Amino acid sequence: MIRFIYADELSKFPELAETMFKDRAEQFKNRLNWDVSVSEYGWERDEYDEINPLYTVFERADGTHGGSMRTLPTIGRCMTNEHFSHLTDGVKIESPTIWECTRYCLAPGSGPGVAASLLLAGCEMGLRFGLTQALGVFDARMPRIYGRIGWSPEVIGTEVNGRDSISVGLWEITEEARAEICRRSDIPLATVAGWFDASFSATNPLRVAA
Amino acid sequence: MREDLEAVLERLQTTKSIEELQVWAHELRDALGVTHVVYHTVKQNGEHVGAFTYSLDWARRYVENDYRSVDPVIVGSVRRFHPMDWKTLDWSSPAARDFLREAIAAGVGNQGWSIPLWGPSGEFAMFSVNHRTDDDTWDVFTRRHAKDFLLIAHLMHQQAMRIINKELAEPTRDLSRREREALSMLSTGMARAEVADRLGISENTLRAYIDSARHKLGASNVTHAVALAMANGMIGANEPLPKY
Repeated sequence: MIRFIYADELSKFPELAETMFKDRAEQFKNRLNWDVSVSEYGWERDEYDEINPLYTVFERADGTHGGSMRTLPTIGRCMTNEHFSHLTDGVKIESPTIWECTRYCLAPGSGPGVAASLLLAGCEMGLRFGLTQALGVFDARMPRIYGRIGWSPEVIGTEVNGRDSISVGLWEITEEARAEICRRSDIPLATVAGWFDASFSATNPLRVAA
Repeated sequence: MREDLEAVLERLQTTKSIEELQVWAHELRDALGVTHVVYHTVKQNGEHVGAFTYSLDWARRYVENDYRSVDPVIVGSVRRFHPMDWKTLDWSSPAARDFLREAIAAGVGNQGWSIPLWGPSGEFAMFSVNHRTDDDTWDVFTRRHAKDFLLIAHLMHQQAMRIINKELAEPTRDLSRREREALSMLSTGMARAEVADRLGISENTLRAYIDSARHKLGASNVTHAVALAMANGMIGANEPLPKY
């Protein structure tokens, strides 16, 4: 299942958080060889994890991390505008309806179902909140994978550095995109809506009395 | 966005005081066809500033009783940046229930959609749309308008900040070369597809650049952004277009 979790709520999910940051180290440091820092405990974290981002996390049946990504509004501090504006023609992309999506990560062994669930959850979140586009930073090989899931970003720019190419791209948040990912992944729309509602409702919701 | 709503948003920048912003809030409420709209912030000196359609009596009671400390909309938005449907907030405490009863007796509707607004130094404001209706009607309404609410919330916040900080001159945040080029081409009446083509970018990327320019200028739409960029000398009215 997918959970939407703010950084300041991660302590309620200690195992999920630990495996997420360790899987990020595995993907970004060991596999992709990105210039990221890994703590002595094997966690990959950066300055944007410190400013209370919202994570979309796939939780496996055993409570561990299957995959995740991190979102921040582009009108506040965010990684794309502070580190990658050379890949967006020098434009700092700032709009209330565009959120940044970074650190898209799959745990070792996670299959296409997890990858699709994450994109689907991100699309659902965008539609519910009224977002128009998602701005992403990803390994240049990822668009192929995103394409198979049924939701391709448009690459704005790529920093070519041998094997370690990094791209910045935009996803259009539309109902059509959501329907296409659902169709290809066989994940029902009701399941996606359920993930969202479970995370963004108070544990003890009261119907607001008329 | 509907034309009447666009027209109301265009008038936003003509407001020169919090009192005028308060009058504007009523125009916005009528254009949206809802029970109330509310913008509220607390200045660094602790003074409350608001522009809203609630009764003055309710607003006074809210501040006097320090309801910010029990209002689930405020409590639920601490360190959050996503829009919140009031139904999803925690109204279970006795204090929150009492507050809700009192609010509804004061004419506040039973449905709400709130957008937390954060400034660079931790300044906090809240924009809310409030309505009296059933859940299904509200669901349809908020899904249709979620994007409008985001845009309106930030425009109203930008204007309130300009008024509070007495920066009533037009905003002068600098734009990147690409944003200026895009606005400049649009100002000549060129279609978006053509602009994208000339700039060698996709239409979706162009949209992100235009949205960014619009937000930085505090403009309510593209036409308004072009006008502001011209007024600020960021683009020239008769400037020859760059060749590609």
